[in-house]
Amino acid sequence: MTITIPRRSLLRAGALGVAGFGLSRFIPAWAQSGTAGASASAGSILSGEDINMRVAHSAFAVDGRQSHAVTINGTVPAPLLRLREGQRVRIHVDNALDEDTSIHWHGLLVPFQMDGVPGVSFPGIRAGTRFTYDFPVIQSGTYWYHSHSGLQEPMGHYGPIIIDPAGTDPVAYDREHVIVLSDWSFLHPHQVMARLKQEAGYFNRQRRTLLDRAGNDAMSAQDSAMFAQMRMDPTDIADVTGATYTYLVNGHGPQDNWTGLFRAGERVRLRIINAAAQTIFNVRIPGLAMTVVAADGQNVRSVEVDEFQMGNAETYDVIVTPRDDRAYSFIAESIDRSGMAVATLAPRMGMRADVPTLRERPLLTMTDMGMGGNHGAMQHDMRDASSVNFPVGPGVDMIAPMPIDRSDFPGLGLDTVDHRVLNYRQLVALDPRKDTREPSRTLEIHLTGNMERFMWSLDGQRLSENPEPYRFERNERVRMTFINDSMMTHPMHLHGHFFEIVNGHGLHQPSKHTVRVFPGGKVSVDFTADAPGDWVLHCHLLYHMHAGMMRVVTVRPLGGDAA
Amino acid sequence: MIVALLVLAGVSTPAAAQHAGHVMPPEPVPVPAPVDPHAGHVMPAPEPTPGDAPPPPIAPPPAAAFSGPEHAADALYDPAQMAAARAAIPTMHGGATARKIAVDRLEWGVGRGANSYAWSGYGWSGGDIDRLWFKSEGEGDSADGLDRAEVQALWSHAIAPYWDIQAGVRQDVGSGPERSYAVIGVQGLAPYWFHVDAALFVSHRGDVTARIEAEHDVRLTQRLILQPRVEVNLAAQDVPALRIGSGLSDAEAGLRLRYHITARFAPYVGVDYVRTFGNSAAYARADGDSVGALHALFGVRAWF
Repeated sequence: MTITIPRRSLLRAGALGVAGFGLSRFIPAWAQSGTAGASASAGSILSGEDINMRVAHSAFAVDGRQSHAVTINGTVPAPLLRLREGQRVRIHVDNALDEDTSIHWHGLLVPFQMDGVPGVSFPGIRAGTRFTYDFPVIQSGTYWYHSHSGLQEPMGHYGPIIIDPAGTDPVAYDREHVIVLSDWSFLHPHQVMARLKQEAGYFNRQRRTLLDRAGNDAMSAQDSAMFAQMRMDPTDIADVTGATYTYLVNGHGPQDNWTGLFRAGERVRLRIINAAAQTIFNVRIPGLAMTVVAADGQNVRSVEVDEFQMGNAETYDVIVTPRDDRAYSFIAESIDRSGMAVATLAPRMGMRADVPTLRERPLLTMTDMGMGGNHGAMQHDMRDASSVNFPVGPGVDMIAPMPIDRSDFPGLGLDTVDHRVLNYRQLVALDPRKDTREPSRTLEIHLTGNMERFMWSLDGQRLSENPEPYRFERNERVRMTFINDSMMTHPMHLHGHFFEIVNGHGLHQPSKHTVRVFPGGKVSVDFTADAPGDWVLHCHLLYHMHAGMMRVVTVRPLGGDAA
Repeated sequence: MIVALLVLAGVSTPAAAQHAGHVMPPEPVPVPAPVDPHAGHVMPAPEPTPGDAPPPPIAPPPAAAFSGPEHAADALYDPAQMAAARAAIPTMHGGATARKIAVDRLEWGVGRGANSYAWSGYGWSGGDIDRLWFKSEGEGDSADGLDRAEVQALWSHAIAPYWDIQAGVRQDVGSGPERSYAVIGVQGLAPYWFHVDAALFVSHRGDVTARIEAEHDVRLTQRLILQPRVEVNLAAQDVPALRIGSGLSDAEAGLRLRYHITARFAPYVGVDYVRTFGNSAAYARADGDSVGALHALFGVRAWF
């Protein structure tokens, strides 16, 4: 079973894609509803060694409502960049905005000066100018790209990358679809940020009511009192919610109902990318099991699940094998269950499966408060400044007293569902890692913040305070332990390197570029600082990054090919 | 052309090995490392991570990590442009400012006497730690017009996660003699979600007074919110010109039920009881005013 799509249908699909491009020109063909798959939508795929991209303002409609977006080559999402491992690529980016822009190749191992972070890796791309990214493609898998300037990413400046392997792909499939998840607000991102600063809980419309507190929900009176005493809201799960967001699949709202086609019995590879600005998604396809085959572009041993959580910037490749000639709903529910992205996988256009209702929003627990599951731990100091080696100022509302490793946690609200949910300990790299050394030192990094003031930082300092970078010696092997001193899930992303989640699988620890650090918990990652230059480490919740939750990372000496 | 692209795209779909990617037997799930109940108290060494050898020690970076240029990109791009781009980082990552204007209470009161009106609002502008605040409140009634009004301009500085210290000036206008005050206060969120504003005022005549306000939101539904609120005014001395008596001069207790038509606009109904005490009450009686007053309230709360 290799390629079962007859060439004739490929041609038809291609023609449809091209024709469709004229009809709804703001959606690239691979992302258009009714696409036969990423391989069949040639009209909007950028390939080859010289690629042109133009960043500009464009009109964009979601569920029939007009808005405006920051686009690349006029579309949301941006074009699919399809490269091949081993090639070299030059990407010429024209900036037609009236402000600076940039493109960061998320997960791609490129020389630091091509990484696209203004003020760190390069000066940025001035309005009206062209910048050429030029780098070798040394990996394969599913990745994505997005702006690293201001708040352009939430306005549509993101697109998928597929890199086909130089050799055989260990993953067999008959058809593939790219699924780019995102969140769209008709509020300007600066307005969203302003609201969060004015009232951090502004978008939360699922708070506990008097009735809930009187015993109508799952929280005990003791926990309830503890949260209130701490001035923590157990429903503060997502900063920006379905109150303003429409959740998108390939630029389509739930009413737009993006549809990906399949034939019963095919092995369909879904390349799922969370390109959302501020939304962690729980992904499931009711009635269809998903076999996870890659995470963050890196092949993993197959693991079959019914649902998994995706932090911002994570990518997961799953294989689904729909056996029946029927439609399936693809559901990506926001972590706080205030809304969902809905798409359809179907054998033919015009079909729709049942769409489940939103599940009840979960509640944070004492474990999320860093109590390590020890509910009797009320005597703990929740902000013990002597336990950390950084200043604990007004921007730090909590220091987790007993953070536990939560790499076996499936995600908020997913520990109580009655089906199989992926957790990080189930990820096992297909190939053993190349650097077999054990790390020589540990660097603890505290994820800190103040929920009430919407201040976010690393080790108590916002990037705006110009903190000391995290410094590494070239080729040094280091363990980073992220300790989450907040009650939110933070997807932490390191540029220029993959790190391996220390999850008990030794040489087969899974490689990731982004790891979710669960509330009040911690996770360790090992990495080899083999990419000289200046990079960044940040929370990929865009408004947390914008609030300062980012740090410069240096790898020295430069020497050799770096300078 | 299209055909060529399609062929290319078709070729790019891997014709992969038949058996690869099939479900493999899962590895045994590692036993979670035992949790050290004392961890987090004295920090230092990290706890063991799952299935791992003893974790490496916490240590600073090796000396070589500090070698080379401070900014790697300066060697590859125009250093002046890089410096300009670096200078833009703070506003992109934590240094931006915000502002807010809010009318907490704009209300009409119906009681035994003349109908009254009152307002209380604030605005601020600034960064996360330091902000410029203004506050204004006042009241009057349909018979005598404006009774008293005040405006405060304050510098506000975050001193703790939930508390700001505020200092500045207050100017009173209205029917009585005008006064200017120096203000120092704290404002913030007390445990169990009580919003508190406590301020000490020293007038240009040397009179010392204080005001403490506290309010709490009881969420009946996502849109319907009941807000109990208390305010007490204290004085260190009698200020006959302002009809203020020393000690507890007056207190106010209110209950407002607001409905959020939007998250930023909520009309409300409520009741409010104000009572003067001690010499304040004596001044009131001497003036022929009542010492206690109950009002039914109708108002709006909004912010921008």
